[in-house]
Amino acid sequence: MQPTPEILQVAYRTMRTIRSFEEKLIELVNQGKLGGFLHACIGQEAIAAAVCAHLKDHDYVSSTHRGHGHCIAKGVDVRGMMAELFGRSTGTCRGRGGSMHIADIEKGMLGANGIVGAGIPLATGAALTAKLKKTGGVGVAMFGDGASNQGAFHESLNMAANWQLPAVYVCENNGWGEFTPTEFVVPVKDIAERARSYAMNSMIADGMDFFDVYAKAGEVIARARRGDGPTLLECKTYRFTGHYVGDPLVYRVKAEADEWINNRDPLKLFEARVTGEGLLAADNLRSIDEEVTERITEAVKAAQEAPFPDPSELMQDVYAVN
Amino acid sequence: MSGQSNQPREPREIPTAFAIAEALRIAMASDPNVILMGEDVAGGGRRPEGTDEMGGIMSVTRGLISEFPNQVLDTPISEMGILGTAVGAAVTGLRPVVELMFMDFIGTCLDPLLNQASKFRYMFGGKARIPLTVRTVTGAGMQAAAQHSQSLYWMTAGIPGLKTVIPSNAADAKGLLLAAIRCDDPVVFCEPKGILFLSTDVPEGDYEVPIGKAKIVRVGSDVSLVGMGATVGMALQAAEELARDGISAEVLDLRSLAPLDEDAILTTLAKTGRLIVVDEATPRCGIASDVAALCVDKGFDFLNGPVRRVTAAMCPVPFTRVLEEAYMPSTARIVEAVRSLI
Ligand SMILES: Cc1ncc(C[n+]2csc(CCOP(=O)(O)OP(=O)(O)O)c2C)c(N)n1
Ligand SMILES: [Mg+2]
Repeated sequence: MQPTPEILQVAYRTMRTIRSFEEKLIELVNQGKLGGFLHACIGQEAIAAAVCAHLKDHDYVSSTHRGHGHCIAKGVDVRGMMAELFGRSTGTCRGRGGSMHIADIEKGMLGANGIVGAGIPLATGAALTAKLKKTGGVGVAMFGDGASNQGAFHESLNMAANWQLPAVYVCENNGWGEFTPTEFVVPVKDIAERARSYAMNSMIADGMDFFDVYAKAGEVIARARRGDGPTLLECKTYRFTGHYVGDPLVYRVKAEADEWINNRDPLKLFEARVTGEGLLAADNLRSIDEEVTERITEAVKAAQEAPFPDPSELMQDVYAVN
Repeated sequence: MSGQSNQPREPREIPTAFAIAEALRIAMASDPNVILMGEDVAGGGRRPEGTDEMGGIMSVTRGLISEFPNQVLDTPISEMGILGTAVGAAVTGLRPVVELMFMDFIGTCLDPLLNQASKFRYMFGGKARIPLTVRTVTGAGMQAAAQHSQSLYWMTAGIPGLKTVIPSNAADAKGLLLAAIRCDDPVVFCEPKGILFLSTDVPEGDYEVPIGKAKIVRVGSDVSLVGMGATVGMALQAAEELARDGISAEVLDLRSLAPLDEDAILTTLAKTGRLIVVDEATPRCGIASDVAALCVDKGFDFLNGPVRRVTAAMCPVPFTRVLEEAYMPSTARIVEAVRSLI
């Protein structure tokens, strides 16, 4: 499946937006301007962009604590997201959710999630809705290698396989769960192997290569849409920064990280390929960079100028009907 | 306290997190059956080229893997597996201490506590011992939002067979944790965010704070402020403020939520005739309500006015600072409650 130049442009804009958003929030945390628990997904941008390139608003994505990239790729407005991080009333969740709970159901974003593994059955549920209501949509769970050790993962895959749900399980294997290397806690070499227990289709993609993820995600999402069942798609990637913003990273050998950061940066790999093959011009990418920088700067400014919620809103929306 | 002498000693102020680590060190050194299990309790520590600097998300267990390589177990992110395994290990001869990173995560692993550990002794005709401790971080105030800020000890305190304790300072944390680990019942040990990094004077050596005993932490005569965990500090501050207006508040630190030290509560109520209970948790079905009910049920004749509950709001924990502040109990709200009584 070859992406058209239009798709490539959108994908690059998505990846650049994710990168800039995350870089900006790290800067803001360092300036003491943002509170709460924040997790950046720098290094993993290609996966979100490539998977979501195949999705429409009526397709649902569930995400994780490291969810900004998935939200951006699924079309959640970055202004609202930035305002959410600042806890303003103009935030995606009116300041009530914060980084780990950014959600936009209308955009098909079922939410970042503070509970590791919790999103996996949620996407399975979205796939069940799609199947029973024949919406033509799919449910896509984005989650980490660490989450694949949760019962919620195994139970969901089993159910989806049994019911042949239009679901796709995208595991972003970044080699780490917090401060613990994946190989310490996962006995199989590839997370994808786990699909076999459920007689489920599986694939492995190079998560740093937009083109590879795009092709494979395209294939398995189409398969799910056709009614041919779910897939576990493992994308090999790396978390360029710490587990959380502020992580001192003392547990990780620098040479390991440098290897990925210097040689496997998904944005650089993308640029080398599209310019090398004459698919997009470097000028074109630079103007996207500028446009994105402007958008992020503007989002920060708007967020900082926006009001906080009023304390009287505390008890709003606990129930549909009080 | 064992090993105490009458010699005055230099105070040694250390944060609660360090006091907890001291208790773990003492427990593991004194009993090889004590094992520590949890996510990232060692972090990258077992890597030949790595370090043991992390020690969990709150760095409480930093360095323990080097000292106790056979007793510290890093686990996968599998809370149901971790808790269930710990219960099985406890009933067969080990004395596990599980770190459940945040109490909010109890949603993923309630069964081993709710239907297994808590019921074995009774259900098996008194023929089981379940020496299990679950350490878990509770409380709001760090903008950690709806799934990392809850104080769910009311849930575990409400399960017969489970004990639940919550220290308000570093010294009690050490003594209560040692008591919890050595107890043959399953104990949930809460680590409130509000006190984890606060320092108090902590005795050296091995000592236990008995489970089930509350403690008067400030003597007073006009009103009783009953707190637990981080709310004890709030109550003490409120008492300080009230003292300036000539109101004398007594502060009782529950320390143990299950069992509940009913005598201590009724004794202070008998003394002051007015009681306010301050709880970081949501108000329904909780510790504050239990204390209030106790006062009405068994302390009715002592009461000179209503019992007031100062608690969190009955909603999920909001992220943004303004709402999180409105959500949480505070010194100001305690003072206000006292003024409504006196
Ligand atoms: C149920 C639960 N357990 C533990 C945590 C704490 N925690 C947050 S992120 C994380 C690591 C997740 O690793 P992985 O799934 O590989 O995702 P990554 O952070 O690498 O993107 C852990 C243990 C949590 N939030 N929820
Ligand atoms: Mg990971």
